[in-house]
Amino acid sequence: MRIGVPHETGDSRVAATPTTVKQILDLGYEVVMEHGAGAASSFPDASYEAVGATVSDAARVWASDVVLSVNEPTPAQAGQLRRGSVLITFLHPRQEPNQVAELAGRGVTALSMDMVPRTSRAQSLDALSSLANISGYRAVVEAAHAFGRFFTGQVTAAGKVPPAKVLVAGTGVAGLAAIGAANALGAIVRATDVRPETAEQVESMGATFLHVGGSGQGVSSDGYAKEASADYAVRAAELYAQQARDVDIIITTAAIPGRRSPLLITSEMVRSMKPGSVIVDLAALGGGNCELTRPGESYVTDNGVTIIGYTDLASRLPAQSSQLYGTNLVNALKLMTPGKDGQLVIDFDDEVVRTMAVSRDGQVTFPPPPIQVSAAPAPAPGPAAPPAVTPPSKPPRPWWYPVAVVGVGAVALIALLTFAPSNFVTLFGLFVLAVVVGYYVVWNVTHALHTPLMSVTNAISGIIIVGGMSQLASPNWTVKMIAFVAVTLASINIFGGFTVTQRMLSMFRKAN
Amino acid sequence: MLHNFISATYIAAGVMFILALAGLSRHETAKRGNAFGILGMIFAVVATNFVIAYDDLSVDHPQWWSAILLYVALAIGATIGIWKARTVEMTGMPELIAQLHSFVGLAAVLVGFGSFVENPHADSFHLFEVFLGVFIGAVTFTGSIVAWGKLNGRFPSKPLTLPGRNWLNLGAVVVSVLLGAWFMQSHSIIPLVLMTVIALALGVHLVAAIGGADMPVVISMLNSYSGWAAAFSGFMLDIPVLIVTGALVGASGAILSYIMCRAMNRSFISVILGGFGDDTSAAADTDMGDYRELTAADVAEVLADARSVIIAPGYGMAVAQAQYPVAELTASLQARGVTVRFAIHPVAGRLPGHMNVLLAEAHVPYDIVLEMDEINDDFKDTDVVLVIGANDTVNPAAMEPGSPISGMPVLHVWEARQVVVFKRSMNAGYAGVQNPLFFNQNSAMCFGDAKATVQAILSALPAGADHAQVGAA
Repeated sequence: MRIGVPHETGDSRVAATPTTVKQILDLGYEVVMEHGAGAASSFPDASYEAVGATVSDAARVWASDVVLSVNEPTPAQAGQLRRGSVLITFLHPRQEPNQVAELAGRGVTALSMDMVPRTSRAQSLDALSSLANISGYRAVVEAAHAFGRFFTGQVTAAGKVPPAKVLVAGTGVAGLAAIGAANALGAIVRATDVRPETAEQVESMGATFLHVGGSGQGVSSDGYAKEASADYAVRAAELYAQQARDVDIIITTAAIPGRRSPLLITSEMVRSMKPGSVIVDLAALGGGNCELTRPGESYVTDNGVTIIGYTDLASRLPAQSSQLYGTNLVNALKLMTPGKDGQLVIDFDDEVVRTMAVSRDGQVTFPPPPIQVSAAPAPAPGPAAPPAVTPPSKPPRPWWYPVAVVGVGAVALIALLTFAPSNFVTLFGLFVLAVVVGYYVVWNVTHALHTPLMSVTNAISGIIIVGGMSQLASPNWTVKMIAFVAVTLASINIFGGFTVTQRMLSMFRKAN
Repeated sequence: MLHNFISATYIAAGVMFILALAGLSRHETAKRGNAFGILGMIFAVVATNFVIAYDDLSVDHPQWWSAILLYVALAIGATIGIWKARTVEMTGMPELIAQLHSFVGLAAVLVGFGSFVENPHADSFHLFEVFLGVFIGAVTFTGSIVAWGKLNGRFPSKPLTLPGRNWLNLGAVVVSVLLGAWFMQSHSIIPLVLMTVIALALGVHLVAAIGGADMPVVISMLNSYSGWAAAFSGFMLDIPVLIVTGALVGASGAILSYIMCRAMNRSFISVILGGFGDDTSAAADTDMGDYRELTAADVAEVLADARSVIIAPGYGMAVAQAQYPVAELTASLQARGVTVRFAIHPVAGRLPGHMNVLLAEAHVPYDIVLEMDEINDDFKDTDVVLVIGANDTVNPAAMEPGSPISGMPVLHVWEARQVVVFKRSMNAGYAGVQNPLFFNQNSAMCFGDAKATVQAILSALPAGADHAQVGAA
């Protein structure tokens, strides 16, 4: 089958890079690139031809069996799609049902990359996460560009520079990427989210998690944040108001798919910020988390706060975005090319494919049947907060229990020893002391040397040879022969044990 | 005077043995410790030989036959012992250790019989000592033989579950006690022989009932028994150095067993009374979701981008003999500037400290091989964890109640950014518990023989240091 990759209008990205084209070819497909498709991402046509793709005009690309693109097609482009072909791109079926209906009407099977479910199996094709990651990084770069100061603190001959303070609101993929990037630049980073369970991830990225007091933070079951309760909103607003006065940079990432972005930063808060501060609103597309955000624009408010509302942050890093998105597409194709023979199979029994498919055979297949995302007990990133290890423990024994046990044992021992031969009692004393000494000495042995410990104890328990030797001196020949075997065995232990211990110990060596 | 001489020597030898164990507390002093052990042994053997010869010569009755037999026995023992010690593979250490245990056990049985045959009319207390020494020696002997067989695959490693097996054990002990009473009354060899047969059978049954992965406990336990057997021989023959040494070894083995049991969060009794074997079939088949699979080339790519790597090996590494390629991989990653460390769970392998010896054999420096407690907090700052042939020891299910392994301390590998598990198949581990680790989003499986896989990764590692920025999310 032939796969076409068009040139994106008004976007620097491209749905395939030379690297991913090679992977697609390995799956058995042919690839046709539109002239100049990768130019804005620094992938010239020649680089595609070098890996085996052909470069052609738009008409031939759109008439391919499968079309991979970043943006939804224009009506003109959609018109060039053949009946029965497959389109894989971002279609936003929730927001734009008409477009889906139109594609269905044309007999196009459409798969929407923003419908990829958040399951572990689909993780490798989760393009939203890839783009969110890039957006988060780019948000910090934009903020740093607009911010008139260093991010990192410095002590210079010309005076001390305090580090910038960054607040990240919303700690999804984009938020975490922003935290990582800001932290890497040396800023003091704080973050908050309606899902308190993300605190651990936030801290692992080097930021401080700000808890909104009280309960009511929403624990999500589908991997996305939900809108929070009213009471919670009041307390969160207090937190933001307080932080706005303190921090230099605010990066908001609280976008709810298919709905208006929640309002986090009011115009009042913006007014309370220091001149020169920067707000980057990653939720601008959904209306913005900041009241004053102008989607698609960057401007400076009257009190000198720069508000960046770009909606195309990911495409401002075109080469990186294309590479990650392209790889997501390759993973999607792998999933749908079970034979690796260049034949695309749309299997509706596969819940990932089913969820992505918004139209097939002239039918609109959106919305997909709900799937339980965190289906199995497999908790998202491992059991993040292991419930304090509580083995079903028995109630603790009363303090006198060990005293009683030892006491009874001691009485029994005294009774036994009283009636034993005196020679035995002396030896028994020795025995007890040796056990105690052995106990303390062996606890000090490092775990790494437990095997040598066993072999050396093998060797020294060969001391039983002494018993054999004294019996070997017996005039009784039966005893002599028994003792002979015993001495032989014991000496195997002695020689073998010490030799193998020596051999092992000389293997252990320190790094240089 | 002669009596004082031999006692003094034995005291010195005893001290040397304590120093030998004390030396093993650190790598730096370990060789010194072994040398102390050798010195103590030479003292004890030479002094005993000297005293016997001196006694004989002083009454002008040299026993040439005894002397010749002694030296022949020593020569045979030395030849076999040194040959075995030099040729054993480090993966075969558990078998060797088990064999050596069995020798001590058998020697204790023989010494006990020798003592009885030499003086069948000793007082009852002495007979009691003989009886006890032979009993423990016999259990150690056959127990170790079975352990050896299970370790090298001659016997099935599955636990043998006879009906009413605990009653069988109890019965064997009760009958032995009765035989002991008979023995002390009659001074006859028959009850001694009968008891020996029962004790041999008990040894077989005890160890046969324990599964392969509980071997670290079994080996430590037999280590302990072999010590007690030597100590009882000491009581029997009135030789203090035997008692001291036996007690040292007995305590050592007991502590090792305790450490191993604690590392599995199981009581010693529950290990001895049989493995997990009974009710595990039900556990495995819950749907855990899907797992992701990586090829060797993918793993090489992941490693190429990592800055810190922790390798968690298990028995599977020993089985596949993968320690050499793993060591090479370590060296190659270190050369690229990657921090590589090893995380060793106390019960990894079939012998306490088994993994450490294997890695040492492959020339992995011991200062990057860390114990569970030392490294468990570092996983969360680690880019990639490679789990090689380990399963239960990295199972997050142990952190939650309701699983057969709940409460067992485990390596927190899942806290790392990426976990790659090397495994032959998706089968559950020894405990029969499915491992949710494999289905985590940050886990991936790499199937196949560990040795071949690691070699494939080594050859697929792109040359040169290429530290691409790892994505922040």
